[in-house]
Order: sequence, then C-alpha cells, then structure tokens
Amino acid sequence: MTDARDRIHAFVSGHLQSVAFADEDDLFGDGLVNSLFAMQLVMFLEQDFGIEVTNDDLDMDNFRSIAAMAAFVARKRIEVPALATS
Amino acid sequence: MTAPAAAQSGVAQEAAAFVARTVAPHADDWDRAEAVPPDVLRTLGTAGWLGAAIGPDYGGRGLDALSLGLVAEQFGRGSVSLLSLLAAHGMACRAIARWGSPTLRRQWLPEFAAGTAIAAFAVSEPEIGSDAAGVRCTAARVAGGWRLDGCKSWISGVQVANAVVVLARTDHGSAAFLVDAKMAGVDVQPIRGMLGFRAAMLGTIEFADCRVPDDCLLARVGFGFSHVIGDALDLGRFCIAWGASGLLAAVVDATVTRAQEREQFGAALIKHQLIQRMIADMVTDRSAARLLCEAAAEARQARTPSALMATNTAKYFASRAVVRAASDAVQIHGAAGLGPDLPVQRYYRDAKAFELIEGSNEIQQMLIARDAQSHIARETRKIILSGEGVV
Repeated sequence: MTDARDRIHAFVSGHLQSVAFADEDDLFGDGLVNSLFAMQLVMFLEQDFGIEVTNDDLDMDNFRSIAAMAAFVARKRIEVPALATS
Repeated sequence: MTAPAAAQSGVAQEAAAFVARTVAPHADDWDRAEAVPPDVLRTLGTAGWLGAAIGPDYGGRGLDALSLGLVAEQFGRGSVSLLSLLAAHGMACRAIARWGSPTLRRQWLPEFAAGTAIAAFAVSEPEIGSDAAGVRCTAARVAGGWRLDGCKSWISGVQVANAVVVLARTDHGSAAFLVDAKMAGVDVQPIRGMLGFRAAMLGTIEFADCRVPDDCLLARVGFGFSHVIGDALDLGRFCIAWGASGLLAAVVDATVTRAQEREQFGAALIKHQLIQRMIADMVTDRSAARLLCEAAAEARQARTPSALMATNTAKYFASRAVVRAASDAVQIHGAAGLGPDLPVQRYYRDAKAFELIEGSNEIQQMLIARDAQSHIARETRKIILSGEGVV
C-alpha cells in the first residue's frame, strides 16, 4: 500500500501544476490536475499495477487522491490476484 | 531519436506505396468533387488502413504509436481529407474499444476494422468549439436508454458514417454515446464549400428525440468528456500532428522541384538567394516537425506523463510550420501556385485547417505555457527539497 502510494505520488508529481500536495488532497476538486490528465492516470494505474480499469470502476472516489487510488489498486489486486503479480 | 525499427519502417513503406498509387494522384479531383469515392473507402478497408488503430482481436492492425504516426504522415502527404476521415474513424474506434460494452465492441469494431462500416466523432457544435466541455447537446434518461437532442457540426466523414460517437450533457455530467446513423431522429446534412479538407465529407448531424439503448453509453455518465472524448482527442491530435508533418514534406518536395525546374532572370529559381531562404526555412521546419512528432510517438508509446504535452507541442509546431511553408510554396510557384493544375493551392488551403482542428493553436499555446509554468514549479521544488538535505 505504501509502495503503491509512493509510485502513484511519483507519477502525479511528474505532472502536477502545483509545488506540493499531500496523499489525501483532492487532486481534481482542488484543481491540481485537469481532465486531460484523468485518462493518463487510468492508463498509468493499469500499466504499472497490472489491473484493468473497467466502466464499473469509473467513480471519482477511486481517483480523487493518491490515497484513494492506492486503496483502489489494493482492492483491484484482491479481485484479480493473477493480474496483480504480473 | 532512433530510426524506426524494421516493422515500423515496413508499415511506413507500405503506406507510402498505397498513398502514391491510390491517393495522391486523385487528391485534387476529390478536392474539387468535395468527396472521396466509395470504392476508395472500400479499398482503405481491404488494405487495412481503417483498422490501423484497432486491436487484432477485432481484425485491426493494432499499430504501435510510431507506426500509426508514420501512416498518418503518409496520408497527410497525399490527402489531408482522407487523413481526417481516418483520424476521426480511429478516434471513434478507440473510444469504443476502450469504453464500449463487450456487445458494442463485438458488433461494430470488426466492421470498422474491415472498412465495411465507417465511424465519425462528433463533439463540435454550431456554438461550441474549443470549449468542448460546454456542449449543449443533451442526453436525458428514458426507459431502456437515452434520448438525445441537439446539433453537432463540422463532423469529418459524417456524410458516409454508419455510426457516430457523440458527446452530450446530462443532469449528472457529460456522457458519450455511440449512435447508429440509421436511428430515428438522426439527420445528417453535408457542409460544402470548405476552404480546406474539402473532401473530408464534413457535415452537421442533428438529433431530435433520438432514442438510443443503454448499451450505447460509453464509460459512465460524468466521464464522457474526461475519459472518452479527451482520450480520443489526444489520439486525433497525435495523428493530425503527423499529418501536418506529411503535408509539410509534400510542400517541400513540390517547391524544391519547381524551384529547380523554373528559370527566371537566366537562372533556376533555386539559385536566387531569396528563394533559397524560403526553402531553407521550410526544410528546417520539416525536420523540426518530424522530430517533435517522433518525440510525441516515443512518449505516447511509453505512456509517460509528458506524452500529452509532447503531442500538443508537435501539433502546434507542425501546424504553424506547414502554414508558413505552404504560403511560401505558393509564392515560389507564382501564378501556377494559384492555379488549378498543381496541388500547391490545395496544400495552402488545407494547411490553414491544421491550425484549427483537434484543439486550436490558441488552446495549444495556453496549455504549453501552463506546462512551462509547471516545469519551473517542479524544478524549484526539486531545488528546495535537495537544499533541505544539506547540513
């Protein structure tokens, strides 16, 4: 989980239009990232963590913050353990 | 920047041969007729170009980013109208492949890959262009599906499209749908007399009490713009950047040939220094545009955070460069450059459209400037953080 947070944080840091942010910050609500970045975020999570983001996963609560994304990844890995090891 | 691998180079050569044989010799006729003949569209399908961006599971080629860019470049060189049709088709296919239901994917993608059906991509409206998130076309929940009302305009390929990806607004945010063009409540009207991209078969599409089933929703309500349309537009912008690079190459070839063949004041045009300056600028721009497109392809393939901005930058540069080059090309060709017998006047008209489509250049300027600001902020942060570690 901590590892996931660090990796997601590092990815978002590479894009952020702000100097600093916390893992619990609402990235979209606070305007830290824009809608253009949203799909890149989905592709990053899929590629880096070996999960598949489906239509049912499209809930802002899954992507709102670094912590939310780390928790989402953890849940997806439990759902599809085979993918999580890839 | 590394040279394309053998497979990518092979696809580029195949596209170049196809364009030289089937596209470029007829592009002026299509421009005048404001249409691409149906048999050419069928040939595009059988040759596999309509399935370039579709995965092999559905009969497509599933090209990597650089290969796709190299193909777009060749079509841009031959006919940007055809490039526009291919790009819009590819954008719609991407949206369906990524966010369509399994049923929808199985129903449409094999046909789109084979070219037995054509897809279009409808975001712009008579009153909405760059502010795509503010579309006025509405989708309202009804029993078993959605009711669409509104008008989309400037839609490439809509005159021949069998299905159209449509962005609409709902009470709970934006939503994207795939609409069968045969549905009741759909009316398509061609737009004629365009300055450029005249053969792209643009049109308006009006939805009036158009009922589409639930299954036509792509992704979920609230994610239509950010995840469906935004992602597809990024692909379209990538293809358009490469297409502008291809048109620029065609402009350079035509101009250098003309400047070598035509003599004035007892010497070939290319011997005159003022002509040399114009040619030097367009040749340099051609190289720079190509390099930016290759950088965008590399970033896109690697899915790096910089991929979006690399595509924005490539599109911005290539579109401006091709406008400058096409203007100089007409100048160097003289009256013949204005006349109907050479493609240069088409190049000039088509070039301008690149500055508007898939995100106007003013939007690109805004995004690039913001990214520059972010870059400084990131670098400043690194310095601060590294300084905190110093005793």
